[in-house]
Amino acid sequence: MTETEIRPTGSPAPSFPLDRKCPYQPPQAYADWRGDSPLSRVTLVDGREAWLVTGHAEGRALLADPRLSSDWGHPEFPVVVQRTEDRGGLAFPLIGVDDPLHARQRRMLIPSFGVKRMNAIRPMIQSLVDRLLDDMLAKGPVADLVSAFALPVPSMAICELLGVPYGDHDFFEERSRDFVGAATSAEADAAFAALYGYLFELVAKKQADPGDGLLDELIARQLEEGALDHNEVVMIALVLLVAGHETSVNAIALGALTLLQHPEQLDVLLRDPAAISGVVEELLRFTSVSDFMVRMVKEDIEVGGETLKAGDALVVSISLMNRDAKAYEDPDTFDIRRSAKHHVGFGHGIHQCLGQNLARAEIEIALGTLFARIPGLRLAVPLDEVPIKAGHDAQGPVELPVTW
Amino acid sequence: MRITIDRDRCIGSGQCVMTAPGVFTQDDDALVALVPGHEDGSGDPRVLDVPMACPVQAIEISEG
Repeated sequence: MTETEIRPTGSPAPSFPLDRKCPYQPPQAYADWRGDSPLSRVTLVDGREAWLVTGHAEGRALLADPRLSSDWGHPEFPVVVQRTEDRGGLAFPLIGVDDPLHARQRRMLIPSFGVKRMNAIRPMIQSLVDRLLDDMLAKGPVADLVSAFALPVPSMAICELLGVPYGDHDFFEERSRDFVGAATSAEADAAFAALYGYLFELVAKKQADPGDGLLDELIARQLEEGALDHNEVVMIALVLLVAGHETSVNAIALGALTLLQHPEQLDVLLRDPAAISGVVEELLRFTSVSDFMVRMVKEDIEVGGETLKAGDALVVSISLMNRDAKAYEDPDTFDIRRSAKHHVGFGHGIHQCLGQNLARAEIEIALGTLFARIPGLRLAVPLDEVPIKAGHDAQGPVELPVTW
Repeated sequence: MRITIDRDRCIGSGQCVMTAPGVFTQDDDALVALVPGHEDGSGDPRVLDVPMACPVQAIEISEG
């Protein structure tokens, strides 16, 4: 069965996704989809056509619609990166399954990422941010802000939260990066196998000798009661470890870069440190680290004057929804004093980011402390020499050379 | 103002707490709960924005 539709005009729909040129701006070619129509047609990497949702209101309604599926294991689930084509029905907990399985898995994890718990771990995050900045300043006055700061902050925090030994961080940071950013299936599969093997052994070790992290709680409450099997605990650990690594690092690095490129906005923050939570929300809207999300249509849906048919591929453009002029005035302007409320930087609907309040705490503390301690921070290379990730990946700099 | 919360739909995102912290809180399961004594919204205008902020339509507001 093929899902590819033939366009009556004979011209293929434009390719999606494309690489960004400016690290914090959607690709220039996306401008064609920013007209009045909330939906467009695009061509995915395997030649299949898909709906691209760009309207803020329509995208939110769709992301909350149970007639859309996130079942990555479905043989017809859309492919946006060549390397995931042969993932062979592997079910990823939380992100790659629908309700009711999704709800059962999420319910087990919600308390560990709740507002109160996240407020309680803020001092831990502050202390590791302080320590990393002490080291960076001691070695300065130049650094790669990604490897010296933006990566270890969330890496240490998620390890602490999960109960994964940070001493092994070189191993899983590298595999996590390869798993998400690999160019080929073979590289991604090897990284996945290595991470899976590592966590499989860790879960077994924890069963014999429990610690006090989230994984230990999961094992104690669920594995022993038979509600989860060993494989499911390992897969949940893998998803949380990778998600904890590949998201906040970009938000911190891209956030720092965006502020450095908007000195008049940074100045507002320097004069009013309490503005940081609003700054973070505007950064989440403006930079859209998770540029798009993929779904499959399960039942016909009427939206924006179009009919999405069961089996259709659908891509929700987070970056264009966050810059919909119907939702935000002057949407391409980075303005930390605006209300960025209802942005979809963490998605929307049942799959909205489980770790969003951890991410907020990490980004707020990391950026607030970074600029308070190093107000003279600046890029060490011109903006167009900062290497950035591919369009299919989480968006952010690969390296961010800075000086002070 | 009457606030209706649906804890079966709740995914614990905390958007309600972030939007109107004096009225919404999370219980020990990190699911939505109303702050005792503020179940009527206490006249906080931010409460009106909570249904839209919630990612899963777990909160409804009506007059009366």
